[in-house]
Amino acid sequence: MPDRRPIDDCVHCGFCLPVCPTYFSWASEMDSPRGRVDLARALADGQVALSPTTVAHLDRCLGCLACQPACPSGVRYGLIIEEARARVEDSNVRPAGDRLFRAFLFSLFPYPARLRAVAAFLWLYRVTGLQWLVRESGLLRLLSARLAALEALAPPVTWHHLTASLPARVPAEGTRRARVGLLGGCVQRVFFPGVNEATLRVLAAEGIEVVVPPGQGCCGALSAHAGRPAEAARLARDLLERFEGLELDAVVTNAAGCGSHLKDLGSHFPGDPALAARARAFSAKVRDVSELLAAMPPVAPRGAQACRVAYHSACHLGHAQGITRQPRELLQGIPGLTLVELARGEECCGSAGIYNLVEPEAAEEIGRRKADAVVAAAAPILAAANPGCALHIQRMLRERGAAVQAAHPIELLDASLRAARPRGG
Amino acid sequence: MGPLTEAARGALAARMADVVGRAHVVSEPSELLVYECDGLTHGRTRPALVVLPGSTAEVAEVVKAARAAGAPIVPRGAGTGLSGGARPVPGCVVVSLARMTRILGVDLENGTVRVEPGVINLDVTRAVAGAGWYYAPDPSSQGVCTIGGNVAENSGGAHCLKYGFTTNHVLAARLVLDDGLVLDVGGTAADAPGYDLLAPLVGSEGMLGIVTEVTLRLLRKPETTRTFLAIFPSSDEAGDAVSQIIAAGILPAAIEMMDSLAIQAAKAATGLDWPEDCALLLMDADGPAPEVEHVHRRASEIARACGARAVQVPRDEAERQLMWKGRKSAFAAVGRISPNYLVEDGVIPRSEIASVLREIGRLAAEAGLRVANVFHAGDGNLHPLVLYDARNPGEEERAAHLGGDILRLCIRVGGSITGEHGVGAEKAAYMAEQFTPEDLDTMMKVRCAFDGGALFNPGKVFPTPRLCGEKPGPYEPHPVERAGLAERW
Repeated sequence: MPDRRPIDDCVHCGFCLPVCPTYFSWASEMDSPRGRVDLARALADGQVALSPTTVAHLDRCLGCLACQPACPSGVRYGLIIEEARARVEDSNVRPAGDRLFRAFLFSLFPYPARLRAVAAFLWLYRVTGLQWLVRESGLLRLLSARLAALEALAPPVTWHHLTASLPARVPAEGTRRARVGLLGGCVQRVFFPGVNEATLRVLAAEGIEVVVPPGQGCCGALSAHAGRPAEAARLARDLLERFEGLELDAVVTNAAGCGSHLKDLGSHFPGDPALAARARAFSAKVRDVSELLAAMPPVAPRGAQACRVAYHSACHLGHAQGITRQPRELLQGIPGLTLVELARGEECCGSAGIYNLVEPEAAEEIGRRKADAVVAAAAPILAAANPGCALHIQRMLRERGAAVQAAHPIELLDASLRAARPRGG
Repeated sequence: MGPLTEAARGALAARMADVVGRAHVVSEPSELLVYECDGLTHGRTRPALVVLPGSTAEVAEVVKAARAAGAPIVPRGAGTGLSGGARPVPGCVVVSLARMTRILGVDLENGTVRVEPGVINLDVTRAVAGAGWYYAPDPSSQGVCTIGGNVAENSGGAHCLKYGFTTNHVLAARLVLDDGLVLDVGGTAADAPGYDLLAPLVGSEGMLGIVTEVTLRLLRKPETTRTFLAIFPSSDEAGDAVSQIIAAGILPAAIEMMDSLAIQAAKAATGLDWPEDCALLLMDADGPAPEVEHVHRRASEIARACGARAVQVPRDEAERQLMWKGRKSAFAAVGRISPNYLVEDGVIPRSEIASVLREIGRLAAEAGLRVANVFHAGDGNLHPLVLYDARNPGEEERAAHLGGDILRLCIRVGGSITGEHGVGAEKAAYMAEQFTPEDLDTMMKVRCAFDGGALFNPGKVFPTPRLCGEKPGPYEPHPVERAGLAERW
């Protein structure tokens, strides 16, 4: 009897349709989870061949995993789409230009040092006024929608971005309640250094000692989600080895995409049972920062922050890890803060890893929907727990001319803790 | 009407693209494969084209083009149907209404809403909930299924016990006929003169025309709603309780029954802490507080007198929601305890629930298969789910035969072969067992009055054995086909 595959779990009930952002956009079954499972099954069974059309439908999936919690039959859609994408990557069906662009992205994003060089360029680009010139002229959009998307995504880089670095260890304040390792992240470390700094301050104030293992690279999440399992496994193994033997109670991340990937690391080493076992042991310790804090009664006093904050539930936090309650509770624990929900709040913002770079039109359509919801929520601050979401939503808001500041929930908590300190320190 | 030639298919695709735009015509085989079935997965059939019109005018042009090309039309909403009502027929154009999702007008003074057919059932309620109104029919797939599909199937749901089926909540509809004519039937005025053309339309399974607008009745949200759960040692006692509650003149808003296997599936999908090895009645009482109190108290007393081990109320609103989620996701959740299953949809007199469930258990044991039961007990609307594993040779056929035996049992005790899922492609073969030839001829005359050329959804509802001796259920080659003397098309 043939083994039962993840694609065989789908009973075609359609409960995934209304939560799928691309089905919501286009109403076509090929761009729904149920349709993509059909497509993946037909590919696996050899009923259809990979063609530009089939690849386009697989590529248009955001990988937001909204379909997983909506599925009564428990279909593991993430596995199905990663496997289908690996099939696409292994084939030669993509045009050369597309392959080149993807190769360029994957020679850049998993490497914090290279990202930092990009940040330096972006700083110069901004301060010299070249950025203003490029954006005003619309030159890039004429050349390529993808390059324009890449450019538009660039956050305003400051000198702080170029010089920020993480300490190797931050001691707990007061009685030590736990000892954790911090995952620095790639995009997070380079473009949002303030998030890691806020995380360190909050954890220390809550009596948690933090070590930051040096030489951390990328966790491999972007590669795994894009169907590049070998690259993902290499990166994950390297990261794993940096954390092993440190006697940690938990490995903490503040980036939702990294967290969801690292919690399921065991399945990424199919050919190496020993390494898979080490990966599972590592995965068991991974916690999102909001998850860690929600599991411990707060000890640091909270200072008032009178503001209205809209919450964006990052897909890899809410859908992939089921963490929906904890970040909201952390924010609601701040005196004076009013938390507001977005319309269609569980929907992806269109960022989705490298999606906004390789599928710019679709990402913009979905992102505009999110920006509209943020504006309708009438909150000056948007809390988002994933760097990709923050970059993309900020860009969509910028293009809409809306003055909304994106912040990681931990930055808001950090501000509250600092406000409660004597001398404001 | 035979299948289109490839050239004719190309020409029709081009014509459709002129009408609805290139982006809304699906014509590549690798794309058409995702439209081969609806919520019923066997008997997959590839359509010639799929077209997604965006307005009544576009639907009318699409109908004219398909008719001119000699291609039958199969309308489709969200494709959640469980009787194959939206399953394509060979050479057909599937007309998906999924893009027509606008809520056209809300009139709370008169308690009505006008919507396009692609609007999701629950989105109607979401649109008016803030003002304290809701749309009552609540199929378990209400978060996905569309109003157009509900009208086609005359969909029911848990709360139809008290509030009635879709047909009781549709006031008017706009319909595109087989020649592209646009017709408005029904109206918001009470008791209009002339023939009521709306009545045959609701539940006509997409065979009279394509509905492009629907005016629905809205209800005020009940002042209070209380959910309670009665736990019985087995379906016998639970079944008795249902008939006694109804016989006592108590009208809960919903009485849903789940047996042990269905409970296991719902628990696996939601993490509810329900007991297993028992039968549950999930009930809602709604209305003014004193009425709710009365219904809850009397129904609980009767349940206990019939042998209920306990009657519980949810701890909080979150648990209440989870209980209903457990019930409403139970069909697909069965996918967690069995690789494959068939959903049946028979109706029986409420007084027969216990005896029929026993007989189903006996038939299942005879067939060597498991049957899970999760259903609208208050309406006597059974949903036996026949569990099987298609990888075991012969098991799918055994399951289909068991399903047929269950439907025949329903007819025998004075019930019917479908309560709310429709006849579709799946139950057509059983129609002749439920109805006389004269009944079926009369229904066919109504069909022909609207659609004489059988343009819309041909081959559904009416039994049309193409070869004598063809059996219902999953396709098996007829001996004449196997001998190469005839072919299936």
